[in-house]
Order: sequence, then structure tokens, then C-alpha cells
Amino acid sequence: MSGKVLMKGNEAIAEAAIKAGCRLFFGYPITPQTEISEYMAKKMPKVGGLSLQAESEVAAINMVLGAASTGARVITSSSSPGISLKSEGISYIIGSDLPCVIVNVQRGGPGLGGIQPAQSDYYQATHALGHGDGRALVLAPASVQEMAALTMEAFDLADIYRMPALILADGALGQMMEPVDFESVPKRDIPEKTWATNGTQGKREHNVINSLYIQPDVLERVIQERFEKYDRIKETEVKYEEFLCDDADVIVVAYGIPARIVKTAVQKARKMGIKAGCFRPITLWPFPSKRLSKLADQTKAFLTVELSMGQMVDDVRIATEFKKPCHFYGRTGGMMPSVDEVVGQIEKINGGLK
Amino acid sequence: MVVFEKPKALTDVPFHYCPGCTHGIVHRLVAEVIDEMGIEGQTIGIAPVGCSVFAYNYFNCDMIEAPHGRAPAVATGVKRANPDNFVFTYQGDGDLAAIGTAETVHVGARGENITIIFINNAIYGMTGGQMAPTSLIGQVTTTSPYGRSAEIQGTPIRVCEMLSTLSGTAYAERTAVDSVKNVRATKKAIRKAFEVQKDKKGFSIVEVLSTCPTNWGLTPQESLGWLRDNMMTQYPLGVYKDTTENTKEEK
Repeated sequence: MSGKVLMKGNEAIAEAAIKAGCRLFFGYPITPQTEISEYMAKKMPKVGGLSLQAESEVAAINMVLGAASTGARVITSSSSPGISLKSEGISYIIGSDLPCVIVNVQRGGPGLGGIQPAQSDYYQATHALGHGDGRALVLAPASVQEMAALTMEAFDLADIYRMPALILADGALGQMMEPVDFESVPKRDIPEKTWATNGTQGKREHNVINSLYIQPDVLERVIQERFEKYDRIKETEVKYEEFLCDDADVIVVAYGIPARIVKTAVQKARKMGIKAGCFRPITLWPFPSKRLSKLADQTKAFLTVELSMGQMVDDVRIATEFKKPCHFYGRTGGMMPSVDEVVGQIEKINGGLK
Repeated sequence: MVVFEKPKALTDVPFHYCPGCTHGIVHRLVAEVIDEMGIEGQTIGIAPVGCSVFAYNYFNCDMIEAPHGRAPAVATGVKRANPDNFVFTYQGDGDLAAIGTAETVHVGARGENITIIFINNAIYGMTGGQMAPTSLIGQVTTTSPYGRSAEIQGTPIRVCEMLSTLSGTAYAERTAVDSVKNVRATKKAIRKAFEVQKDKKGFSIVEVLSTCPTNWGLTPQESLGWLRDNMMTQYPLGVYKDTTENTKEEK
């Protein structure tokens, strides 16, 4: 596969994983991400890989834990209710410093919720993906091209930092078709996995993959060291996109599919004489806090647009240190805001500015 | 002349087990089999949550500590990534037959080419003597203080019998470590299970009836008697499945 190809977002994730050298997929069917499983089932045997349908989400994430322990690249995917089930395993993966890629093609919740696109798992993804003190890298694509590129990058980041990377997408991105170019994605240097449990072959001491530290002072030290790593990631791996932010009076913050609606709304507002801009976080963890804080010094107000009742908006408020008003507009349960709804919000905020 | 030697597949870390606990015996038997087959460098062990949670400190091969009950799924991931490695899990009755029932049943259903060493002592040891899925009817535990009642707490699970119904299960044997004779039989069963894995015949499990003097409230000596008198009637020893022999034998 070379040049541009037309693909569904879910399929682009699956193909990107294979292109990144991943040969192991463990999953469980759930709408709206099932195309990932189906693509893997079809494609993996042809490239010498394995796609295994687990008996549960719980089993799937623990198969990922096992495969990741051997140093192999491995991926699992699910949608909101399934990620809740995986959270136990994700916590152990974080606590065992294992690299892997996890995909959440979000749908409406809580509970069984619905099967239409949503962003109501933001808190879970960025703040509480599993119990305990720990983080996962969270990447938020806004196009099918990014579904592919960020998946490939997620494998590199996971390996470099020995931690799980989550692709936080939504049902719209998973289902829609756009052209993708897999060749343009840059690759990074990956450290050797000397920690892997793939058999000592009698040549080294035994390796142990473990998250248990019964002595509290030892556990504290292990966690503190992990957080030092998190601090390095915050310095070097933050990604975001700015659209007409430099002179903007109103900056609209949005990630994923709503960011595309916001960009159109910003252009429309500009034609009406309102200086609007769009700020799109691409990494949700690490969150682009520093840049947002700087923007707070030059803009007059923020508006956060999400497919939820307001979750990322909290991080925007913390990042901007309440220096400027932070408004929120969201639709939830699988509903999508229209361009005009967003323009209306921008107008209202702009009208109230001094 | 060497009278006694520690298996090479065990580290020098002292076991943390209670006096009279039979985990140490079974650890040693697994290590002896690994030594005799010369497979330490190709073996990955999966420790459970429970009394044997620290097994990763005791075995010299590569080790992984799994979430409670998930060892068979973790083993699946390891084995599918490296099919030529030997992969075994070491699990207690709460880990395997309560919280990890689904993971256990499905490695049997898939015929996953791994070996489970299942320690059945009819009680939760690490948390201090609570009722296990294999606790006997009438057995007093801290969470069945009036004795386990079939009406309230349900009936004990016979794991080997249940897993033998699955066509992916190649070998299932129940042994005990209450006597020299049975300890030797247990080692033979563990060796057989690893040989089944070596020949890629499918899923193998050895269920070992074990004691928990601390939480049974008995001396180590009394515990061995209690095991024989009470557990062996509920859980008869024997080979429940052996597709290499194509026979079904019960002792």
C-alpha cells in the first residue's frame, strides 16, 4: 500500500498498527470500533501476525499485558464501556512500565449509553484510566490521516517511555472515510527492550514484570521516578494545532471531530468581523497547558467545545489559571454541535467583551 | 556425594510461606521439572494474586506478576507472542476458580498451549482465611463462620472435572502433597503437563490439593490428615483427561 488510499478511520488505525510493526491484536467486539477487529482478523494472518478475539475486554487487556511483557508490539481497541472493563489491566500495565497501544473509539455514556460519537471519556482517559497514581499518553486524532499517523507514533512513544499510549477517538472518526498516506509518518529511535520476559536463554539474570512493591517507601520511590519521567514527557511531547490564534479575541479550544466544526465556525465568525481562533490539543496528556497559559495573556476569552457536558474545559481553566473567562459549549449523548451553534456562542462571548 | 541440592530454577530468596504450608513443596517440584527438562532459559512463569504472589522472587526463570485471576490471559499473550517458550501459571483457588474463572475456562476452550499449576487448599490464605470457591460444604471460614451452606454460598467447584469437558484441554490431573508417595506423583504430573506443552498438544493443568495450617487452625501434621479425610473425598485424585493416551482414568 503506497501513496494515498481511501479508508475508514477504524481501518486506518488497524493498518497503521501493522505498518508500525505490530503483529499482535487482542480485542472484543463493540460498536463503533468493530472494524478494527475485523480488519485485524483479515490482515494479521497475511503478515504473519495474530488477531485473537478474547472472551472479554478484561482478558483482552491482560493478553496485551502478557504480550507486551515479551517486548512485542501489541494493540487492543474498544469503545467506552469496554475501556471501563480494561481499566484494571491498564493500571497494572502502567504499574509494570509496559508499552502498548490502546484505542478508545468513544460512544455516548454512562452505562450502555448509545453508539453515536461522544467525548465523555475525557476524564477517564486523562485523569483516571486505572486506579492508582499513574498516567497514559493520550493522543486525540481529528482526521483519518491522524488516526493513522498518531497510531504509528503511539507505538514509538509507548516504547520510548515504557508506558501505554491511548488513542482517544470517537465514533465519527472511526466510521468516516478520508484519504490516508502512511508513508509520510516519521519514525523514531526505539531503545532496546532489555527488560522483556522472553526467556533468559541462560544468558542473563531473570527479568521480572511486576507492579507489586510491598514496602511503602519503595513503592513511593518507584512512583516518584515514574513521575519524573512524566515531567520529561510534559517538556518534550506536547502537541497541539493553532488556527488563527495570534490576534484572536476569542479562542475556541476543541479536540477531535468538534475541532473541525470549530474551524469552520471560526472562519465564519471572522467574516462577521469577530477575531476568533481555534486551539486544538493533539496530546490530551500531556496537556498543552503552557501554551494555553501564554495565549491567556494575549486573548480576551476562551470557549471550550466538547461532545460532553464539559470535561476538558476543567483542564483549560487550570491551564489558563483563570486569567480570562473560560466558557463552555457542549452536546452529549451522541449529538453533534452545528457550525451555527458554535458561531452563536462565539458571537455571544464576543458581544460581552469590553 | 550430593545428598541435597536446591534446584537451579529456584533463586536464593527465602520463601515467605507459613510453617507447614505446602506451597514450598510445589515450588520445588516445578523447579525440579524445569531443571530436568533443561528449559529454564525458555520458560516464563506467571504469578497470581494470593499467597504465591511473590513467586516471581522465587523462580529463576523470567516471571510476570498478573492481576488477580488474569494469569491465564497473561500467559496467552506471552505464549502467542513467543509460541516456542514454555509458559506456566501458578494459581490458587480464589485466583483461578473465583475471580479468574472465565480466563481459566477459555484457555481450556482455546486449547492454549500453556500449563496451569493450580493450588487448591479450599481457603483464601493471604487475606486471612475467607471462603474459597473450593471450600467444602460445612467448612468454617471467616466469611462462612457457621459453615459453608450450599443454599447460601453454593457448592464447591471441581476444576479438573469441569475443564476436562473442554476439547482444548489435553491434560488434567489432580494430585496431592500430603505424603511422599503423592509428592512424587505430583512431580510426575507436572513433568507430564510440561511434556504436553513441549509437544504442543494443548492446554494442561495439574491441580494440587494443598494445606493451609494457619487458616485451617490446625497443626501441619493435622492438616495433612484433614486434607486426606475431607478434601480427597470431594476432590478425588486421578488423571481426568489425557489426550496423549486417549484414556480416562480415575483412581
